[in-house]
Amino acid sequence: MMDFILAKYNFWIYVIIMMIGFYAVIAKSNLIKKIIGLNIFQTSVFLLFISIGKVEGGTVPIYQGVEAVYINPLPHVLILTAIVVGVSITAVAFALVVNIYREYGTIEENAILEMSKTDD
Amino acid sequence: MIKHFPVLVIIIPLLLALIAPVAGRINRIYSWVIAFLATLFSFIIAAILLYQVMYSGTISYWMGGWEPPWGIEYVIDYFSAFVLAIVAFLAWLVTIFARKSVAAEIEEKKLPAFYGVYLLFIVGLMGMIVTGDIFNLYVFLEISSLTAYALVAMGKSRRAPLAGFRYLVIGTVGATFILLGIGYLYIATGTLNMADLGARLPGLFNSKLVITAFAFFAIGFSIKIALFPLHTWLPDAYTYAPSAVSALMASTGTKVGAYGFIRILFTVFGVRVFLEQWVSVPHFLIAVSSVAILMGSILAIAQTNIKKMLAYSSISQIGYIILGVALMNPTGLQGGLLHILNHALMKCALFMSVGCITYKTGITSVADLKGLGFKQPYAMAAFTVAALSMIGIPLTVGFVSKWYLAMGSLENAMWYLIPVILISSILMLVYFWRVIDNIYFKAGKPIAEVEVSDAPASMLIPTVVVAALCLVFGTLAFIPVSITEKAALLLLG
Repeated sequence: MMDFILAKYNFWIYVIIMMIGFYAVIAKSNLIKKIIGLNIFQTSVFLLFISIGKVEGGTVPIYQGVEAVYINPLPHVLILTAIVVGVSITAVAFALVVNIYREYGTIEENAILEMSKTDD
Repeated sequence: MIKHFPVLVIIIPLLLALIAPVAGRINRIYSWVIAFLATLFSFIIAAILLYQVMYSGTISYWMGGWEPPWGIEYVIDYFSAFVLAIVAFLAWLVTIFARKSVAAEIEEKKLPAFYGVYLLFIVGLMGMIVTGDIFNLYVFLEISSLTAYALVAMGKSRRAPLAGFRYLVIGTVGATFILLGIGYLYIATGTLNMADLGARLPGLFNSKLVITAFAFFAIGFSIKIALFPLHTWLPDAYTYAPSAVSALMASTGTKVGAYGFIRILFTVFGVRVFLEQWVSVPHFLIAVSSVAILMGSILAIAQTNIKKMLAYSSISQIGYIILGVALMNPTGLQGGLLHILNHALMKCALFMSVGCITYKTGITSVADLKGLGFKQPYAMAAFTVAALSMIGIPLTVGFVSKWYLAMGSLENAMWYLIPVILISSILMLVYFWRVIDNIYFKAGKPIAEVEVSDAPASMLIPTVVVAALCLVFGTLAFIPVSITEKAALLLLG
């Protein structure tokens, strides 16, 4: 049992972090807390990608004239792109929350839904 | 020059998307002119690419000259050229429609930014279509999703930002699932090129990693295309978005999501695994899409807001596309691909004619449409043609795809899908007839007193053209049928 957990511990960590973020997205009514949850959710996937680039005994992938074992840099490069995407999503989400706050004067989702029942 | 077309179709609108907001600072109209030129240019290139594919076969473009498994590859085959031409053409028509419609619905100072985001949305969609690299697909998917959230939030209603926010939360969860699916496939195979994945995956289908990857893709794309239980973002997003945005998103957004899903199913995983090993997957998709077809139509009947009614009807139409795909035989898949074209045309015409109503009257409720048929004859005629086409009257496009879907179901000996298609057509008749009855056969009290005329020509012409195409491709069905036939055979290999 312990071996099963330890052998793929990076998967366990990412799943636990992911579920923490997912819980916040679903359960929190405050829109800012939802965005924080969404960020945690995305970051867990980044951590998985970064961890899979690891090669046992590998070194930085810069060729220095000697043969060596290198880590795999490709997942890291992919995640640089995904981080940019994540930042943009956070920015758009905050901009939308600012707009929602201007319209309704609150960022609690329950209160907003209660208010928007009356208008169509 | 001509060999760079597959990338120019993305690059030119992308550059112009950055120029549009800046040019709009000089004069507001410049940003629209740039959007118009960018979409026109993309449409011309997309048409040339479709012609090239038809006469000389699949085009493969190596980004920066790097050989495919290592570099990013852009692939234009029958399927991608077909969807690219639809998206580019409708984007161009909606841009013409947008000038007056958007000016009436969005504050003037926001117009330059609007057209910048609008072009980025189209770039994201077209990028998803041409790319042959699975991570590149994710990046373009996020470009189109992010801009879609912003476009929805620009609507006039005060609920628009909330609709955009809810779309953002659920859409990001979906996109992250797709990213995870890509990660799992990369762990399993070490490649990101779709064709290369297609060659390496057979033999790994017993691996739990690959099964999980497929599950992530299926859920992620189901959110993006709003397949029934995961559709909750769509009705609010389409209802509160500006009219032009609703028309563009309803006709192209979910279709390109479906394109991505079909690519993953057939190019990456390949049809054989679904027929031989994972036989429960097509059955599950057929069950889900049948529920989507029926529930979308039932929920549409319950709506009083006309845009919301059309939005729920989109959910049932997505069900048709996925049904065709899940049948996994050439006829059924061809029906699904035809429905991508047909639904894009019909929904575009419907949302644009509703946009014409909103432009002149501001009406959103079905009950208020009474007597409008004679006040706005052209827009209402376009609406009626598209509505009849949705129901599936012969000589309209809706009939062609439903025919192929029914034939595909029979080929799989799944006769019980025919009643699903028929019942849903009757339900569509119910909710569209309510609208047609109101606009033509009921004397209107509120509108009759007010002078209402048809919308300006720049809005009417695109609406009427798309509605007319519903008839053209319905009567001259051999044109889309011959292209989708080759696309279906290509996908099923």
